[in-house]
Amino acid sequence: MSETVQPKTASIPPPMAMLAELTHRCPLACPYCSNPLDLTKAAQELSTEEWARVFRQAAEMGVLHVHLSGGEPASRRDLVELTAAASACGLYTNLITSGIGLTRTRFDALVEAGLDHVQLSIQGVTAQKADTIAGYDGGHAHKLAVAGWIRETGIPLTINAVCHRRNIDDLDRLIDLSLALGARRLEVATVQVHGWAERNRGQLMPTEEQVRRTTETVNRARETLRGVLVIDYVPGDYFATYPKPCMGGWGRIGLNVDPSGTVLPCHAAQTIPALTFENVRDKSLEEIWYRGAAFNAFRGTEWMQEPCRSCERKAIDFGGCRCQAMAIAGDASATDPVCAKSPLRARVSQIADAAVAEPQGAPLIYRGRPARAAR
Amino acid sequence: MSESTGPSHALTEDAIPRLPRGVRIRRDEVRQRTVLLAPERTVALDPVGCAILDKVDGVRSLGAIIDELAATYAAPRDRIARDVLAFLQDLAHRGFLDVAP
Repeated sequence: MSETVQPKTASIPPPMAMLAELTHRCPLACPYCSNPLDLTKAAQELSTEEWARVFRQAAEMGVLHVHLSGGEPASRRDLVELTAAASACGLYTNLITSGIGLTRTRFDALVEAGLDHVQLSIQGVTAQKADTIAGYDGGHAHKLAVAGWIRETGIPLTINAVCHRRNIDDLDRLIDLSLALGARRLEVATVQVHGWAERNRGQLMPTEEQVRRTTETVNRARETLRGVLVIDYVPGDYFATYPKPCMGGWGRIGLNVDPSGTVLPCHAAQTIPALTFENVRDKSLEEIWYRGAAFNAFRGTEWMQEPCRSCERKAIDFGGCRCQAMAIAGDASATDPVCAKSPLRARVSQIADAAVAEPQGAPLIYRGRPARAAR
Repeated sequence: MSESTGPSHALTEDAIPRLPRGVRIRRDEVRQRTVLLAPERTVALDPVGCAILDKVDGVRSLGAIIDELAATYAAPRDRIARDVLAFLQDLAHRGFLDVAP
């Protein structure tokens, strides 16, 4: 490929970050799994060499951070080679893992390969609670061991947790656990009830009161733990006034490459049927980022309808989440229905109210597991 | 957290700052700038930030760093001290700098 791709307009910045979804395989069965409903099969996954080429292209076009994710990235046998390939391009390599599939030997090899940072997921504050949510017995205990290895090597550790109705009240204990594990960062993201999570919405959607208390807890902890633990918090948006600036703006900061090499503006973008996506097997990452139809579909503000078009917040939240607009408004270019200015705001509140009013304790529907009784 | 860092130690001139593992400086050729890379964060460094971090090696004390910068830039020491302290304290608060007391 000798042709140099010129940016479509000078206003498109190069991407800062790439989420590399190395595989959709995962030993866990979380009821809020955010991978698409239609998973990539192992045989369709990019090879080691193909990923190495994607990492080189990413680094050359200005990507600084690569997030090695999944599914469970440790399900890839070549994870060490992939990490080495990303690191060799100068990319800051972040492993986003459940820890399942890592052994001490393998972890040491990752460190040797140049791994910069680990994000370890935690599903609950006790083994019983965590393993029940993850649908994987013994998972929590293994995670604690993995955190110990990470701490020994000195690699910075972020704990990430999806919070929902059943664990959100444990946030104080989660903060204590993160500190005990030696984490310097904690990412708390409120569950998003799309995709697989939709079928567990009534069991997962936090109440408005829970969301309010969580925000208070986060604000208090940020103050008392300044310089000790950085807390990134993504509040639930169903009770918010304005939408989240999803992805920091479509096609503006980062891109996702799925296990088969399809390049996505966000991990859920394939829920928008009108979009077509391109693949790194056919085109360069640079060409896809600057010229790809899906990336340009919601870039900037030209695509916006009212009330976004004339809104003073359009460069703050970029119209919110396109996938949520698709899911609730049935129109991916509509205002995110969470926004107070959306004509569909009442429908969002109805969905949230109906979800939190559902009887609690019903069995969770696990991803990739047969239905089982509540525990 | 016995050995480290953090907000309990306000920066003093005896303190020895260093970049912790997982925080590194690199040239960002595409954007023609130097950046500090940390978990989930990128900080663009201006020439002053670069000059300060160039001296942060886990050996020099804060006082020594200020002395050297004051000499290099022939600037009043108290002004350099103020800039260096503000910059490094901010990095420490964000978890991008370890400080041995």
